[in-house]
Amino acid sequence: MPILSIIIWLTILGGVLVLFVGDQRCRPVALAVSVLAFLFSLPLFFGFDRSTAALQFVEHVAWLPSFSINYSLGVDGISAPLILLTTFINIIVVISAWEVIKDRPAMYLASFQIMTGFMVGVFAAADAILFYVFFEATLLPMFLIIGIWGGPRRVYATIKFFLYTFLGSVFMLVALIYLYSEAGSFDIQTFHKLPLGANAQTLIFFAFLIAFAVKIPMWPVHTWLPDAHVEAPTAGSAVLAAIMLKMGGYGFLRFSLPIVPDASLQLAWLMILLSLIAVVYIGFVALAQSDMKKLIAYSSISHMGFVTLGMFIMFGIMANTQGSADISHAVLGLEGAMVQMISHGFISAAMFLCVGVVYDRMHSRMISDYGGVVNTMPVFAAFMVFFAMANAGLPGTSGFVGEFMVIIASFKANFWFAFLAATTLILGAAYTLWMIKRVIFGEVANDNVAALTDVNGREKLMLAMLAIMVLFFGLWPQPMVDLMHSSISNLVAHATVSKL
Amino acid sequence: MTMKTLYILTPLAPLIGAIAAGFFGKQLGRANSHRITIAGVGIAFLLSLLALRDNLANGMVFDETIYTWMTSGGLTFEVGFLVDRLTVVMMTVVTSVSLMVHVYTIGYMHDDPGYQRFFSYISLFTFAMLMLVMSNNYLQLFFGWEAVGLVSYLLIGFWYKKPTAIFANLKAFLVNRVGDFGFLLGIAAVVMYTGTLHYGEAFAVAPDLVGKTMEIIPGSAWSVLTVICIGLFIGAMGKSAQIPLHVWLPDSMEGPTPISALIHAATMVTAGIFMVARMSPLFELSETALTFILIIGSLTALLMGLIGIVQNDIKRVVAYSTLSQLGYMTVALGASAYSAAIFHLMTHAFFKALLFLAAGSVIIGMHHEQDIRKMGGLKKYMPITYWTSLIGTLALIGFPGFSGFFSKDAIIEAVHGSQTAGAGFAHLCLLLGVFVTAFYSFRMFFLVFHGEERMDQHTREHLHESPRVVTIPLILLAIPSVILGAMTIGAMVFGNYFGSAIQVAEKHDVLGRLAEDYHGVFGFVLHSFKYPAVYLALAGSVAAWFIYMRKPEIADAISKRFNFIHRLLENKYGFDDFNQKVFAGGSLRIADKLWSVGDVKLIDGIMVNGTANKIGMLSQLIRKVQSGFLYDYAFAMIIGLLAMLSIFILST
Repeated sequence: MPILSIIIWLTILGGVLVLFVGDQRCRPVALAVSVLAFLFSLPLFFGFDRSTAALQFVEHVAWLPSFSINYSLGVDGISAPLILLTTFINIIVVISAWEVIKDRPAMYLASFQIMTGFMVGVFAAADAILFYVFFEATLLPMFLIIGIWGGPRRVYATIKFFLYTFLGSVFMLVALIYLYSEAGSFDIQTFHKLPLGANAQTLIFFAFLIAFAVKIPMWPVHTWLPDAHVEAPTAGSAVLAAIMLKMGGYGFLRFSLPIVPDASLQLAWLMILLSLIAVVYIGFVALAQSDMKKLIAYSSISHMGFVTLGMFIMFGIMANTQGSADISHAVLGLEGAMVQMISHGFISAAMFLCVGVVYDRMHSRMISDYGGVVNTMPVFAAFMVFFAMANAGLPGTSGFVGEFMVIIASFKANFWFAFLAATTLILGAAYTLWMIKRVIFGEVANDNVAALTDVNGREKLMLAMLAIMVLFFGLWPQPMVDLMHSSISNLVAHATVSKL
Repeated sequence: MTMKTLYILTPLAPLIGAIAAGFFGKQLGRANSHRITIAGVGIAFLLSLLALRDNLANGMVFDETIYTWMTSGGLTFEVGFLVDRLTVVMMTVVTSVSLMVHVYTIGYMHDDPGYQRFFSYISLFTFAMLMLVMSNNYLQLFFGWEAVGLVSYLLIGFWYKKPTAIFANLKAFLVNRVGDFGFLLGIAAVVMYTGTLHYGEAFAVAPDLVGKTMEIIPGSAWSVLTVICIGLFIGAMGKSAQIPLHVWLPDSMEGPTPISALIHAATMVTAGIFMVARMSPLFELSETALTFILIIGSLTALLMGLIGIVQNDIKRVVAYSTLSQLGYMTVALGASAYSAAIFHLMTHAFFKALLFLAAGSVIIGMHHEQDIRKMGGLKKYMPITYWTSLIGTLALIGFPGFSGFFSKDAIIEAVHGSQTAGAGFAHLCLLLGVFVTAFYSFRMFFLVFHGEERMDQHTREHLHESPRVVTIPLILLAIPSVILGAMTIGAMVFGNYFGSAIQVAEKHDVLGRLAEDYHGVFGFVLHSFKYPAVYLALAGSVAAWFIYMRKPEIADAISKRFNFIHRLLENKYGFDDFNQKVFAGGSLRIADKLWSVGDVKLIDGIMVNGTANKIGMLSQLIRKVQSGFLYDYAFAMIIGLLAMLSIFILST
């Protein structure tokens, strides 16, 4: 059964169907589509062969044979968890929008379904052009989501978002075409094996870097994200943070590291530097925010710093151990980066949904408009404190796992890398819990807070679903790590061998 | 039931209680919530006693994995238990004090709307603390470490409407995170150099690391073991509130009194002490780290005790006393007298929990008045509280025969005999500390229970002894406060009770040398009269009596004469102001600058929108080319044609 195609086209066509049934009946249809898509993605976990790094669930159809462009799909241990995350978050999105979106709900839900199809396509594509098409296609629904259902400054935010990411990916396209001219195929696996000279590698590295650094985003090309988050509707923010950012991280793993390993080694210092700036600098910037969504957006960028750090720390480890065969900690760093991506998917989505819950009631994102929410919304407060703790990396939640792995791996490369990365323990707790103090705790701040009603069943359901995931992977990350282990080990083995 | 099942059930029982009261508190109701949590902790207590009995009988060390948390990068991250002589002591102390506090809470929190939530939290704490002390690896240690921190955060901020409470809990969490920062780096260093997270395996490799160095600052060689030990100890400084990371503990008194007793006196704050004792095979290998510990501990012991003298809030006096006593334990660790540290930890847990709960009883009686200047003469209204407080105070000051006497004297003697650099200084600090301890303890005791009744008429009319759920735990805690020291000193400090759980290098083994002169409890008491500690304690008590009962004007005169010192103590040496200005204020200023200059002005202003503006200007120019008028285009074409022609002609 072509599971990957089913997931992709089920959600895309399902989205069209949602549009078709109209505003009255769109909700149950969208829910059915999202649940079905999630069920179809489950074999990627339960039927996944953990012993191999090769692509699984492979599909291959010639698309434009004259350019040897193929519709070829397949997943490995790197993409499978991301697809599962995507289809899971998609259900949450539908639940979150249920009665909240009153303006053109069918179009809203359809955009999300179609976007989910595209995002799964990004993670499942085994052909570079197919990847590129999906990668760009995801921009369109998100453009609409922010542009139509967004806040007052949505025009500025959408243009900034679109131009930033579009500009980034143009460079990637050039690199892909160059690789095609060298390899005679757009097959990504073929790119991996393609020998490349040092200069070509450096140029390709930067082309990919621009595309993926904008997407994930890395400092200093991150400023589109806070604006996009602030203007996006709640579910848009959740998907943006939970999935779309991961496309950047995935790009590094799928393209940069295996295709240009020597340039990655050469420029690892730059990547590590930018990552650490993200952790420390952005951690401070988050502290200065007075808008909850902006604060969480900056927190996301800071957490993504751990992803890029974990990915490139292996070259630091290689340099520190003088190229000895001990690459086990490199695996730890990379798996830490992956775990961080997945975990951040749950936690950031939850944080944005939490803000959405109170925003729907108060129509304000400003921290200063709140205070003492716990008095009127005790159940909500419990959820939000829990997710805040996860965001601050408390052990027992999934937020701890990736950071712990990356910090341990960093120590192996350089004491100061670990030192700077570990500042997140203080900074992350500071900006998250300070927000909690001002929003959740204290006396009821004003009449609006006094009039708040606690979360309803629907909101409880979506927050509980995320809380269970956060807790489960915090208490037992093994199933997640196990899934990616072969692929990551293979990637490390591949990326640590020179192509020169 | 196998021992493994027993050990698994021990932390699980309070966890189940916590979940029940936390999630179903409303359905269960108040009484059922406290019944179920008390049952959970009671089971944990009984199981701990079984574990203790089993361990005393055969001395078997249990070290097994419960489940594999994760495997990655050649490392196995596990959840597992190590139950040895050290663990069973901790388990028993934690569960017994926790049980007392649970019972006491029924009375103390009787009218609180958050009753169920409170029981859920303290049971959750018991679970987390048991996970911490029973761990056999650094991962789980860190889990327990942060989990007790979480519960501490939740409980300090339990009365979430109080601005001071939610300030204090944020402060506590962040200061602890500073400690955890060092702790995590210490753990990362352990993993890097030993390749394992498991205690036993790491300890086995540790001796090979002697002499191994790392470069932290290029060109300088740092002993790997010193880096590891200091990193871990910074964690202990946060959790066990050692200078300069002590600042959160006094503020933590904003939480309800039962948790001040359980978390911020008896158990959680001693986690750092326990951790260092657990890591004795590592710490023994670094002289530098031991000296560092000695200095930090002795400063904490003396300086924090001095602050206790000027405090007027009944709970804060006890809190500063806790800080000072933690300093004593830390000094013992630095002097390699780990078993004396654990011994003091144990006796302190009981008598300090007693003192806190007694303070709580006074607070109930006084209708939540905590200022000791407004108390006095409570003896006749609250006899049980009075007598149990007296026992706790005598234990605290080290009155001969009481449990605190044995543990404190053991530490002072150990430091006296220690050869580790800094031991002389530490010894001096501890001796002065004995005087200070006795002074502030009896100052508080007299001001609260004796002398004139300074409370208002209304409060006085309603003064009465606290209910039985409050007084029974007091009595039950008073018993070990008296006898526990005499009962166990022989085995724990001078015997070989701990066996392999604590390892001391031959050259550091002061307790071993002292053991040769140890001839029973009675001999130890007699022997102590040859040393100044007992007389200092006596002097401190008498001074307190004389100043506060006989001649109160002396206190005023002294505080006026030595105004500078008095102000210094009242300002707590300025730590809070400094942190607030430099760290909190500084961070916010940095944050604001990075945000407004870095992101807004430079990146967005100049780079992003600047580029957009430049492109906009450029397109304004280019737009002129496309005017839409035919003659413009025709003109351009002619110019172009001429240009091409001239190039063609020139090139040929």
